[in-house]
Amino acid sequence: MPSLGADMESGTIVEWRVAPGDEVARGDIIAVVDTEKSTIEVEVFESGVVEALLVGEGEEVPVGTPLARIAPAGAAATATTALVGSPLVRRLAETAHVDLAALRGTGPGGLITRHDVEAVTQPSPPAPAPPVRVAPPPPVRVPPDGARPRISPRARRLANEAGIDIDALAAAAGDRPVTGADIEHTAPAPKKVDKGASMRHAIAQVMARSKREIPHYYLSHAVDLSRAMEWLDATNAARTVADRILPAALLLKATATAASKVGEINGVWRDDAFVPSDRVHLGVAISLRGGGLLAPCIHDAGTLTLEELMAALRDLVERARAGRLRGSEMSDGTLTVTNLGDQGVDEVFPVIYAPQVAIVGFGRVTERPWAEAGMIGARPVVTATLAADHRVSDGLRGARFLDVLARSLQDPGAL
Amino acid sequence: MTRDDALSVLRDALARIAPEVDLDEVDADAELREELELDSMDFLNLMVAIKERTGIEVPERDYPLMASLNSSIEYLTAHVAA
Repeated sequence: MPSLGADMESGTIVEWRVAPGDEVARGDIIAVVDTEKSTIEVEVFESGVVEALLVGEGEEVPVGTPLARIAPAGAAATATTALVGSPLVRRLAETAHVDLAALRGTGPGGLITRHDVEAVTQPSPPAPAPPVRVAPPPPVRVPPDGARPRISPRARRLANEAGIDIDALAAAAGDRPVTGADIEHTAPAPKKVDKGASMRHAIAQVMARSKREIPHYYLSHAVDLSRAMEWLDATNAARTVADRILPAALLLKATATAASKVGEINGVWRDDAFVPSDRVHLGVAISLRGGGLLAPCIHDAGTLTLEELMAALRDLVERARAGRLRGSEMSDGTLTVTNLGDQGVDEVFPVIYAPQVAIVGFGRVTERPWAEAGMIGARPVVTATLAADHRVSDGLRGARFLDVLARSLQDPGAL
Repeated sequence: MTRDDALSVLRDALARIAPEVDLDEVDADAELREELELDSMDFLNLMVAIKERTGIEVPERDYPLMASLNSSIEYLTAHVAA
């Protein structure tokens, strides 16, 4: 069971996408896993032939538990070999009876580090009894004739949580709308799943850890967006709706550009040291309609064109809400962006998503009086904020990062 | 396009974007984005869905005219030929 983000302690296999005997290539999706926060499609880390599935569908196992045995391609069936960082790591694993082959290395080239072993052997303090889990509720089916079942919002939510077929209920209710009481009578009590509570628990764990361990410092920078918005308006006016670019994508692009230019902001904190990344896997905080938050990443955001980044963002938001994110998107992030502009706040002071070492926040784009070259005018302005890890960078470096970000937005055509 | 046609286009599109919302309980004159908690990506997806169903490309400068359910219905009935 891979770690799909710092907040994950265990996962439940919802579905196997492979069977013993299947050939798999690194990166293939082999299983769907349910975590406290979402269902995630899990990729395989090596190529070969599936020998055996070790965990059944519906089973919940801790992070680090072997899920399947895979024989390396072209080799006789053998136990999978693991890349281990040092003899110390191997000794640690032996002492703690950890199967190295089951671990996913987070060091360079997939190397297993001391941290990876400790992550499995030193579980976080005992959590309250985990909520009972069942498979995620089936999607709401809309009858093909277009008629919508009459159901109150509360009843719909309860039905979704309990995995109850709304159409069947509506049929049983006849002319009367389905109410919350109908669901409560139908829902088998022990099967009740509170995804909201487990989401809250997962967020609580990782945010408390971040605030406990990371000495945050905060900077804020008001950015003139008049050139960027003019450029966007002109660009979008010539485009069909599906090809239009949102300001959010421009802000992501500016962030990725600044992250690849200014060091000490992009990377992770691991084994008491900063591990910089030369690739920018840009995390995007996505709020879910049912409540809660996910921060999957867009791989190599720094090398994507603005159009590619916009397409990647649309795809990511859609899959996050549908519960179809991939494991690597949950675990590879090197820097995260949170954009609360649509909610109307002026600025956001975010909490770093460990093990990352910085997070960038954007408030709403709003018209403000702005002075330039001795003249005052009304301009669209956004406040960019940075929360960064003081163990890794100082305020001066963070200020430089925000300055580069702001400057890049003055020449949007070059982004 | 009649008002009913326009409402049905919006209903179908919003059922995908905000599946938990019952449009019958939404104030038809209130800000759709606030009422349904749509973000800018949701709103863009609504515009894409409208384009797919009706062929109409709502330019960004007309977005304020699509603020509420009622104003969106008026916009669509005025812009889509029968």
